[in-house]
Amino acid sequence: MKFIDEFRDQALVKDLARRLGALAEGPATIMEVCGTHTMAAARFALKTILPPSVELISGPGCPVCVTAQSDLDAFLALGTEPQVVLVSFGDMLRVPGTHTSLEGLRAQGAAVRVVYSPLDAVELARQTPDKHLGFFGVGFETTMPATALAIQTAAAYGLDNFSVWCVHKTMPAALKALLAGGEARVSGLLCPGHVTTIIGTAAYDFIPAEFGLPCAVTGFEPVDMLLGIESILRQIKEGKACVDNVYTRAVSVPANPRARELLAAVFAPDDASWRGLGVIPGSGVKIRDSYARFDARARFPQVWERLTPPPPSPCRCGEILRGVMRPVECPLFAKGCTPAQPLGPCMVSTEGACAAAYRYER
Amino acid sequence: MCLAIPMRLIEINGVTAVAEVDGVTRAVRLDLLPEAALGDYVLIHAGLAIARVDAEHAQETLSLLRSLADEVY
Repeated sequence: MKFIDEFRDQALVKDLARRLGALAEGPATIMEVCGTHTMAAARFALKTILPPSVELISGPGCPVCVTAQSDLDAFLALGTEPQVVLVSFGDMLRVPGTHTSLEGLRAQGAAVRVVYSPLDAVELARQTPDKHLGFFGVGFETTMPATALAIQTAAAYGLDNFSVWCVHKTMPAALKALLAGGEARVSGLLCPGHVTTIIGTAAYDFIPAEFGLPCAVTGFEPVDMLLGIESILRQIKEGKACVDNVYTRAVSVPANPRARELLAAVFAPDDASWRGLGVIPGSGVKIRDSYARFDARARFPQVWERLTPPPPSPCRCGEILRGVMRPVECPLFAKGCTPAQPLGPCMVSTEGACAAAYRYER
Repeated sequence: MCLAIPMRLIEINGVTAVAEVDGVTRAVRLDLLPEAALGDYVLIHAGLAIARVDAEHAQETLSLLRSLADEVY
């Protein structure tokens, strides 16, 4: 595939790996913020070709993994409302809530539909006017424009049977909370290339400015990721810290103005609850009042009101997501918790650090 | 979940378009990239084109890497 195969070129990968070896001085722990990076690193076995002193750890960038248990429970509870069909991305299907999962609900006969795009959920709503299609709005800034567009499209059609249970999250606020917490010891960050096509590289300027850490915005093929790691190691060696963009074929400066307008029209900043990180002020969005008709929380307030907080769980996903525990260090890893019988989302999501470690690194 | 695939635009009708990769086609929306033209490669995520893939920048990255590789070995 064009723009993919060239960036998987073995000769370039080997050459970059050799150059990293020459660049690496002291130990360096680099956090790949994005779940898609976690998956790519595992799939292409990048950890095996990095210099021994360079460690790659996963951050809070798998949207499935950071979705709070209470938010998932609420969405699952929405499925008990009459006429409601739950619509979700496939990634969420097997994540265990307190009592069940979307897959479990479906096995019990509940209406659960999987879509590739929120726009497909709007189409389903048009085709089934006697049902209410409730979409689980999960994902970072990459995904938010598609949800915003789905809401605007539903409004343009005059639909009254489509709404979004919005748990979308914004990446910079979470990174700030994570770094300010001081728990995660990192030497630099690989920033998510596709989120950055929407928010622009300036969104990370606070990381070198406030925390003195080098950043590299990068893509998802092996050459891209190694280029990002090279940039970070070079910055460390030169005693510099900036936001370097090594994904220039996709990320332009400044960011897409239309994405910004679209998001501002539909969403307003809000606090969000993160698994493992708790409630982070300003790290999420809510649907603006002008689109309240499409806000499932506003349409079905009774769902939220009857929920009880989830009981404590032995799952250690929170520590994994904060980068303070490696998957293999979790006492449940590959014992009580496996992809077939997952206890937490990091083992369910294909982009979860535990699932990636289980599949590729055992 | 932030996966986005580079697909080639083979049909454009206003903000809706058809994109193709390896013989697979799907309907996509161009609301974020109204300037996209037929034949352009765009990154598709959840049915929406989120960025244009800049062929020149892609080539520049690869050429630079290859020239560095030639220098050393």
